[in-house]
Amino acid sequence: MLTILFDGIAYGMLLFILAVGLAVTMGLMNFINLAHGAFAMVGGYITVLLMQRAGVPFLLCLPLAFAGAALLGAVLERTLYRPLYSKPHLDQVLFSIGLVFMSVAAVDYFVGSTQQILHLPEWLKGRTELGSGAWTLGMGHYRLFIIVICAALTVLLQWILSRTRFGSRLRASVDDQRVAAGMGINVNVVFLSTFAFGSGLAGLGGALGAEVLGLDPSFPLKFMIYFLIVVAVGGTSSITGPLLAALLLGIADVAGKYYIPKMGAFIVYVLMIVILLWRPQGLFVRQGGKA
Amino acid sequence: MTDAQKSLLATAKVKWWEPLLWLAAFAVPLLVPSTALIVNEIAIIALFAVSLDLVLGYAGIVSLGHAAFFGLGAYTAALFCKHINPDPHLGLVVAMAASAVLGLAASFTILRGTDLTRLMVTLGVALILLELANKLDWLTGGTDGIQGLVFSPVLGQFAFDLAGRTAVFYSLAVLLVLFFIARRIVNSPYGATLKAIRDNRLRAMAIGIPVHARLVSVYTLAAAIAGAAGALFTQTSGFSSLDVFEFHRSADLMLMLVVGGTGWLYGGVVGAVVFKIMQDLLSSITPQYWTFWLGLFLVVLVLVGRDRLFKPWTWWKR
Repeated sequence: MLTILFDGIAYGMLLFILAVGLAVTMGLMNFINLAHGAFAMVGGYITVLLMQRAGVPFLLCLPLAFAGAALLGAVLERTLYRPLYSKPHLDQVLFSIGLVFMSVAAVDYFVGSTQQILHLPEWLKGRTELGSGAWTLGMGHYRLFIIVICAALTVLLQWILSRTRFGSRLRASVDDQRVAAGMGINVNVVFLSTFAFGSGLAGLGGALGAEVLGLDPSFPLKFMIYFLIVVAVGGTSSITGPLLAALLLGIADVAGKYYIPKMGAFIVYVLMIVILLWRPQGLFVRQGGKA
Repeated sequence: MTDAQKSLLATAKVKWWEPLLWLAAFAVPLLVPSTALIVNEIAIIALFAVSLDLVLGYAGIVSLGHAAFFGLGAYTAALFCKHINPDPHLGLVVAMAASAVLGLAASFTILRGTDLTRLMVTLGVALILLELANKLDWLTGGTDGIQGLVFSPVLGQFAFDLAGRTAVFYSLAVLLVLFFIARRIVNSPYGATLKAIRDNRLRAMAIGIPVHARLVSVYTLAAAIAGAAGALFTQTSGFSSLDVFEFHRSADLMLMLVVGGTGWLYGGVVGAVVFKIMQDLLSSITPQYWTFWLGLFLVVLVLVGRDRLFKPWTWWKR
């Protein structure tokens, strides 16, 4: 049972890293970006291809996946996304679905549609067991690795947003663009770097998750729904909301698939609808806060 | 009659080109029988698009899960034929009723929250139905779907054939009837209140429009129409599979509606024609990668705007 909890937490942490960039674009910049999963897929493919074709070690691939996805995010933000910030949500939805379709077909064309297999280094393959009986805690080393990295990133993110100058500039730009610009904050640069950073995190999540979630060209479509659930359920006003939502979702999904495999993803969707009916703005939003 | 009355009634009048358009729609499969199958498909997705237009174009509800109602209609028609009665007309009515009930139940999920919440719950409803259809394999056949359905002849006379000659006129007739019902509704005072809700919900509420009741009723109605489209899909193809609930169906639908224009019932019809022809052309050129060009088309469409899409010389002007 503890093992399921542990796997659920690892899965949830992974979802959080994948989705947190989306929470920022969606919550802070008010842009419905369904193409977020495409950045994650780019990160995943960078890792897999570098390891398979160039023999780059796994640990080095992770920062490269981050950098690659961040760079792509920056370029797209500058060229395509920026004119759409002020457009209605419907346009944003259509635009980002278009990007998803393009990315799926493009990856299919260049790499092929088969599922990619990530070869983990030896020291990440093992498994440690603690305790015995019903309370056995089996920790896959790779899951532990994911938890450690994601927890560190969460702390770092929280620190950046709440304690650094950049964080206060971002929060100011989001609350009132015009006033922030008047105060001498370069709003465009703040948004550009935030978007790039969020895309980079997605790329890193994709690289970390390639082994757990599987990686094939339909990745952005398959996991888009999970990211959206995390953001919608968690609310977008803080990053603690998405974190808790991701953990909840991860544990519910793993436990559901273990105990009632017949139900599949059913539980997660029902859970989402119930939560959204109960708190349409997300679970962890203060009443009267910015919608 | 005052000017205001006149201007309101002007939109409800049947324009000179409307009968011509419908005559053309019925004439094409009559004159060129080989087009029957594709015209049938277009008629079905046009009906589906009209349904989404009621929700999106008139009531302003962004839905990513409209396939839920289409799929329920398709499965209801299939099950009704298999277990109860092979009569297509009865099946159509039952499918519409089932979808309407689902629409009524689901409509309470779209009343609160933001665009994002609505996107998620509409998508969630469709996904739940997809999972159900997948898991309840004793009823729905799981991934195999329900196949080999034989419906009795339309009006007791015209049997369904492989060339789709009966199917196309059946679908067009249903489209015609439901389209004019929808047209009558959106041009009524009721339709005017829907537009008021779309444009500014708070103001609509302030002038005394029962916003929630309006949204519930229009969502139910749209669900019934989408269910009819789904039933036609099953009845003219003889099978029903998980594909009817898939996300791409909702996404494609939204695309064709936006291409044709929202808040204008013919927009859905035009969009369905353009989309189907584009899909046929592209997938015959690159069968595997045609979604890339679809995606590119979407991105360009949004970036330059629909009104400028066919005027490339204006794309680089601000």
